[in-house]
Amino acid sequence: MLPTRRRSPLPDSTVVLHHEEQHRPELLHHFADEQQQRDASSLGMWVFLATEVMFFGGLFCAYLIYRHWYFGDFAAASKSINMALGATNTAVLICSSLTVVLAVWAAQTARRTLLIGSLAMTMLLGLTFLGIKGIEYRDKFVEHHIPGASFSFENEPIPGHTGQYANPSHAQIFFSLYFVMTGLHALHMIIGLGIFLWLFLAAWRGRFTPEYNTPIEIGGLYWHFVDIVWIYLFPLLYLIDRHP
Amino acid sequence: MSGHSSASSSPLKMYFAVFFALLLGTGLTVFAATLDLGPFNAPVALGIATVKATLVALFFMHVWHASEKLTKLVVIAALFFLLLLLGLTMTDYATRP
Repeated sequence: MLPTRRRSPLPDSTVVLHHEEQHRPELLHHFADEQQQRDASSLGMWVFLATEVMFFGGLFCAYLIYRHWYFGDFAAASKSINMALGATNTAVLICSSLTVVLAVWAAQTARRTLLIGSLAMTMLLGLTFLGIKGIEYRDKFVEHHIPGASFSFENEPIPGHTGQYANPSHAQIFFSLYFVMTGLHALHMIIGLGIFLWLFLAAWRGRFTPEYNTPIEIGGLYWHFVDIVWIYLFPLLYLIDRHP
Repeated sequence: MSGHSSASSSPLKMYFAVFFALLLGTGLTVFAATLDLGPFNAPVALGIATVKATLVALFFMHVWHASEKLTKLVVIAALFFLLLLLGLTMTDYATRP
């Protein structure tokens, strides 16, 4: 069934396509040209990213509702997170997004050293992000800010309301959202690192050419999306009410 | 994706300009958080984040140069449904007595 479906309905064009395949082995025969093939892959990734927007959107929605209800408690809890580490991680991810576009450009213009260097640098920055995230999680663990039996958030003042203290059970909701949202984001980073390791190995073997570099473009779309999620997570989780 | 596939150096300039704009936005959002803007702290922070996200999507993810209109349709559809989710939910919760 499959072979007959894939065959072109016109006998003559089958010969032409077969002929072209020999010249352009990276062009699959059900696409008219490389541009259409690239567009199809890119569109598929964008549809996946649209589902990811909905996936994270539910968490952002939960966050907004609880922030609306317990604003003071959220502000107090937010103040306990290390803003400098969060800002550093934002800069680290922006740098990694730059190395990703450099990798795509290097593949398109056949610059092998820049391509391999950019992919390696992207992975290094991704690992740096996760390392800094680990330091943050460790701080929260030491401070007993991990939701659960040993959670403790006593006598933490609500910013802008002298004499008022945050309700620990409301603060616990903030930290639950903090760990689920940053944890899900970190999981995406780990998956992204796996994708980029694969891209790095393929680039090392010389698989990418100016004619064929769609995997780098597609992997890059995923990496940039994860960056965009962090661009929103940073102000929402770290910067609720920071002014003195 | 298609508009700048030639080996010109123009995309590089654009990439670095966007990169520095994103770093500037990060610094700006940290600075704005230390100011007391009353009810405007959150809108300013989210505004800067949206500008940054738009820059990444348009130029790093090549939505601006996308040859395929369907890509733009998918992006707009995703944003539309996200705003529907957040907007309608919050108009409910924010206006309860």
